[in-house]
Amino acid sequence: MKRGLLSVVADLALIAYFVFALFPVAWMVVLSLKPTNELFSTYFSFTPTLDSYRTVLGAGDDQGVPFLRFFVNSLVVSLGAVALSLVIGLPAAYAAARWRFRGSENLMFTLLSFRFAPELTVIIPLFVLYQQLGLFDTYVGMVWVLQLVTLPLIVWIMRSYFSDLSPELEQAALLDGYTRKQAFFKVALPLVKPGIAAVSLLAFIFAWNNFVFPLILTSSNAQTVTVGALSFLGGDRPKYNLTAAAALVSVIPPLLLALTIQRYLVRGLSFGAVKS
Amino acid sequence: MPGRAAPVPVADHGAASGAGTGKRAARAVPAWRRSLRPYLLIVPALLLTGGILYPFGLGLYYTLFDFAASKPQPDLVGLGNYRRIFTQPAFWDSARVTVAYAVGAAAVETVLGVAVALLLHRSSLVGRVLEKVLILPLMIAPVIAAIMWKLMLQPSVGVINHLLEPFGLGGVQWTDTPTGALLSSIAVDVWVYTPFVAILALAGLRSLPASPFEAAAVDGAGWWFTFRRLTLPMLWPYVLVAVIFRFMDSLKVFDIIYALTEGGPGDSTMVLQIRAYLEAIRFQRYSFGISYMIVLWAVVYLVTMVLVRYLGRIQNRAAEVAR
Repeated sequence: MKRGLLSVVADLALIAYFVFALFPVAWMVVLSLKPTNELFSTYFSFTPTLDSYRTVLGAGDDQGVPFLRFFVNSLVVSLGAVALSLVIGLPAAYAAARWRFRGSENLMFTLLSFRFAPELTVIIPLFVLYQQLGLFDTYVGMVWVLQLVTLPLIVWIMRSYFSDLSPELEQAALLDGYTRKQAFFKVALPLVKPGIAAVSLLAFIFAWNNFVFPLILTSSNAQTVTVGALSFLGGDRPKYNLTAAAALVSVIPPLLLALTIQRYLVRGLSFGAVKS
Repeated sequence: MPGRAAPVPVADHGAASGAGTGKRAARAVPAWRRSLRPYLLIVPALLLTGGILYPFGLGLYYTLFDFAASKPQPDLVGLGNYRRIFTQPAFWDSARVTVAYAVGAAAVETVLGVAVALLLHRSSLVGRVLEKVLILPLMIAPVIAAIMWKLMLQPSVGVINHLLEPFGLGGVQWTDTPTGALLSSIAVDVWVYTPFVAILALAGLRSLPASPFEAAAVDGAGWWFTFRRLTLPMLWPYVLVAVIFRFMDSLKVFDIIYALTEGGPGDSTMVLQIRAYLEAIRFQRYSFGISYMIVLWAVVYLVTMVLVRYLGRIQNRAAEVAR
């Protein structure tokens, strides 16, 4: 009897936490469906409308916020950042997993220090530099600086996946007359495919969610959703329903991707420090 | 292994070595090219790392001048910027706010995250359903989370005060009082990052060995004793990884404060990265802003070193408990 009561209490505690965790998102859905004229007059009883989404995804609101364009920008720079990190990071991760050589540990720890470095330490000089180089407010400039986020993640996690791989398989391939290159592409790489997929998605999510880089290094052409979502808050009468719609639209891609990589999250979030 | 690349586990014999096993390799690769191989693989990563380190070095160099938009011909001031920072009350105020934020956020997230993990670990029906949505807040951009909470915490039209009204608690000025603003921003941090701690703690709980717990159950040990003497010591390495990540990240918080309070009211939530942003970007005093960041970077670097050392010691101890 006592045990039964305890587990009910435990479940209630869990439910309480999840109400706290989920209510804001649910409330944004409610806000985004409110018509502007009922925005502040009622809380729960109103005629739902999709107008906010039409405004946000259409030509923008009366201030002309091109939100759809920001959305595309977010896609382009996040994909670009992940692609570049994979091309550069996979060989480095493989080398760091299979050989010990001068500089490999230093490189790994330099990359790890990127993960913990306060972003503005690099961004403020880049802000000055980008103005001179013409990289300010460009895709190239954003993809480059997002390497700070994506590259350390991809190299660290992929090294841990390559290290978990038994070297004997590659050895057997070498004995069968494969070259090193073939052994990497035909044996090692296919075996860590799930890891590559998961870490790429996680890197994409972090790049997408980044705010401080586009805030400082873009103005309009390459601006992303995280910065764009703030534009609806301006003015003396903040457009709550538009802001909520913009917020929801901008969290859809990361949320959808996150659901597909639940199993791989622990290793990814802890940089390989914890393996599940 | 200084000097040349020594293959760790994989012996890389260009020509097939195992005499009589399999075919001969297509072609022998000369030894000098073999030892270069790992370096060739990491060259792109090194180049890119250089591309990130260059602006950092440039930033360090700028801090020795009084470079600002108002001064196109900056003078060399040596360590003047740093002297100015350390003698300004504004810096120490910001340092206090930053530490208060980081300690508060990391502490609440750790306790709440471990509690949620323990509750989920019981694996009740309710828990199994809820666990599927555990990561949701963590995947929402912190700046978007702050925007959401800003809408909800608005004193006159926000939903939170509306819900509190029946309890006679309406009209709370959440982000308009110094203490309220700091607590509100910590609350947003807690909302976003508690799942991070919970996920790592849950992974830890699920990987604990069963035998010590079986032995304790046989001895009739109580729940509290088992938790204190077995669960917590073995779980601590996992939790500590989470604590390190959360504490370091909170020291450089930017997005949440920027969207929620922009450092206000007054300077009550003026954490170091926000102040550096205002100095460098809004007031265009580049050198001074970067100097703030170099100081924060040095602190973060030192704290990381200390915590990672401690983590190593803890992991060894946990391995002993598990035995």
